[in-house]
Amino acid sequence: MSTTIVPLATYRNETAYPFCPGCGHSSILDQLNEALVRLDLDPKQVVLVSDIGCSGLSDQYFATSAFHGLHGRSLTYAAGIKLARPELEVIVIMGDGGTGIGGAHFLNAARRNVGMTLLVFNNLNFGMTGGQHSTTTPFGAITSTTPGGNLERPLDICATAAVNGAAYVYRGTNFDADLTDRMVEAIETPGFSVLDIWDLCTAYFVPSNKFGKRSLEDTQKRLGLGTGVLEQRDVAEYAAAYRTEAAKRPHSPWLEPHLLESEFTSDLDGPCRLLVMGSAGGKVRSAARLIAEAAIRSGLHATQADDYPITVKTGHSIAELIFSSDPIDFAGIDRPDVMVILSEDGLAKAGPYLAAMTSTGRVVMVPGLGDVETRAALEVLDLERLPGRVAKTELALVALTAAIVGQNVVSAEALRAAAGRGRYAEKNLTAIANGLELTP
Amino acid sequence: MAHEFIDGSTAIVRGALAAGCDFFAGYPITPASPILQMMMTELPARGGVAIQGEDEIASIGMCIGATLAGARTLTATSGPGISLYSENIGLAIIGEVPLVIVDVQRLGPATGGATTVGQGDVQFVRWGTAGGYPIIALAPSTVEECYSLTMRAFDLAERFRCPVFLLTDKDLNMTMRTVDPSALTDMVVRDRDLRRGDEGPPYRYHPPDGVPPMSRYGDEIMRFTGSSHGEDAVITKNPAAVGALNDHLAAKIDDHRAEIEMVTLDHQERAATLILTYGVTAGAARAAVRQTRAGGDAVSLLVVQSLWPVPEEAIGAALEGVTRVVVPELNLGQYRREIDRLASGREIVGVNRVDGKLITPEQIVEALL
Ligand SMILES: Cc1ncc(C[n+]2csc(CCOP(=O)(O)OP(=O)(O)O)c2C)c(N)n1
Ligand code: SF4
Ligand SMILES: [Mg+2]
Repeated sequence: MSTTIVPLATYRNETAYPFCPGCGHSSILDQLNEALVRLDLDPKQVVLVSDIGCSGLSDQYFATSAFHGLHGRSLTYAAGIKLARPELEVIVIMGDGGTGIGGAHFLNAARRNVGMTLLVFNNLNFGMTGGQHSTTTPFGAITSTTPGGNLERPLDICATAAVNGAAYVYRGTNFDADLTDRMVEAIETPGFSVLDIWDLCTAYFVPSNKFGKRSLEDTQKRLGLGTGVLEQRDVAEYAAAYRTEAAKRPHSPWLEPHLLESEFTSDLDGPCRLLVMGSAGGKVRSAARLIAEAAIRSGLHATQADDYPITVKTGHSIAELIFSSDPIDFAGIDRPDVMVILSEDGLAKAGPYLAAMTSTGRVVMVPGLGDVETRAALEVLDLERLPGRVAKTELALVALTAAIVGQNVVSAEALRAAAGRGRYAEKNLTAIANGLELTP
Repeated sequence: MAHEFIDGSTAIVRGALAAGCDFFAGYPITPASPILQMMMTELPARGGVAIQGEDEIASIGMCIGATLAGARTLTATSGPGISLYSENIGLAIIGEVPLVIVDVQRLGPATGGATTVGQGDVQFVRWGTAGGYPIIALAPSTVEECYSLTMRAFDLAERFRCPVFLLTDKDLNMTMRTVDPSALTDMVVRDRDLRRGDEGPPYRYHPPDGVPPMSRYGDEIMRFTGSSHGEDAVITKNPAAVGALNDHLAAKIDDHRAEIEMVTLDHQERAATLILTYGVTAGAARAAVRQTRAGGDAVSLLVVQSLWPVPEEAIGAALEGVTRVVVPELNLGQYRREIDRLASGREIVGVNRVDGKLITPEQIVEALL
């Protein structure tokens, strides 16, 4: 890869523009070329990202790198390119059409301030598809889809960009004498720059609305849309800011391999399916996980699937656990061997399982949940036997310990080994000790 | 002996990182969010970039842009997000952009059973964008395969310069399982075949199945377009050039199916019945096979990992001597359509479920009778 910069006398290639006679797009592109010449950029460091539309054809007439993607999505490709290679100069050419179909990307580009320059070739209609109205079509204007005059309020591209944080915002027309200067300024600005450049679609908007050069400025005035540089602010360019922040970030704690040595033994032969039926906030999932880890430390295979409503802080919280001396191919549970019911929420979800359980099954419940109907053996934990009240967040581990230890699955030692680390080690060990008090 | 207790999401992220993934963009959706979450925390620490897009369209768009700037990219979503990816999947196909897309299936249609398990996107990922060109989709059936097939997906994406789907589901991604770390097998994921200086036009359609080296923004002047283009990446309507482009997009994959085919056959002598399945449902099928054989009956099992293109050779081989094919899947019989055309003359039985619950081993055993 060579690092010598090869600026060009022109960034245009030899191909003539394809636009209709008098189409404003040609004039904007000539001025973009002038701006690039003035900036003296390495053409391979410049990526012209074009949208779809007549304006979207533009990139083909330049001797720079180019990306021509889907309608309305140009800002997304541009952001990806800039994020992956922040040293590139990314310039987006989009019609007014793109500000509609790609409105979400436009808003978020302004907020995010990834360093790129957006040139909106705003001819107040869709040129390529036959002069339909766009987000910027003025009130009353005639287009092929507003034959009686446009009733929709036109989008103020600049105000939208400015209020949402864009670094540089300008509105003008392709006839503005300072357009090249403004393009240079915008490209040099770190962060997101927007130039809303009004121009003439001589095939559609001009004949339908008896429009001309003067009408562009008159319409901007009539609609109360400001012109010139409307916003200029210092912002942190996102791609650079991301790298600065990223360098300070620690590795993800979830990805560190957490190895569980099988240092204990288990007498379990075949599978044991355990359902823990509790409530949000009851540490059901973490208690279940400790039991699963204890099982793995005892040489067993384990699976754990959690179920809870999308509103995570309320309602049921269920953990489905399977332990087995053999590999577990199927992790679903229709008929549990053991069910631990911790709360009304849990009980409310227990019906089908209780009905499916047979006399070999066991149901272990906390007191106060009333009667349940099942063929399984029922045990109600006598929490009164414990010194002090069991906290809601410890109940799951207490009950699980009471239900499982001493049943040929995991030993108290294995459970202690699984629980004895991390922030909650002490609380967990107390809960286990309490649970052991309750084992039958 | 030490084991880990991890879910498919974790295995996918680890596989992606092992494959050299350095760019991720995605939009939150259960059950794909854990992948986003892990990438958002881990990639910055590794000097990569992870970003939450304003929607799925932005997310896959950023991935495509980043790939062309040299990144190795991943995105992950579920059915509703794949719907929004659709047009950009076509862009990645026509522009020959390597990219791995994880579809963690949930029960549809639309918001559907947010969030219960399903396998309803099997035909959707195949035909999910305009034009109908071949795509590659891999379906892991275990947590271990979530790891290895993610790596393989990255490798195939580079090999064929195309988007590759990793088709998983809610239960595979979110159920934690005991995993032997040594079973998380690494493979060599090929580096991007980068152009070294001027190697002629950026695209090449002759021979039709050839895959040209890629460029990167910044290295040379590089043109990319999602419109029909000649080998020079300039838009064209010239029928010869357009035909050559589209024949190439098909041939580069169709002519190399053997490189993509991946199945696991558990063959039993004398078995007249073959269970053919994929993804999470393969777990129930393995249990069903065990039960059946323990009862003294013979049955074979074919788990398909490379769903698309359909591994016709491997399926054909597995069908030898088989008179009955049982196809369990968590949809109304989507992959069975493919088996129907490959296994004509045999009895083909679907085991299907679309109530948000897994197909059980017992349901499969019942269908074997
Ligand atoms: C998803 C999608 N919808 C519709 C189209 C058809 N289409 C092509 S160009 C265009 C509008 C272009 O208008 P504008 O962006 O204002 O560009 P102009 O032609 O005026 O320069 C539309 C709707 C498309 N290409 N893609
Ligand atoms: S249709 Fe309108 S926008 Fe398109 S080239 Fe002609 S004048 Fe320009
Ligand atoms: Mg327009």
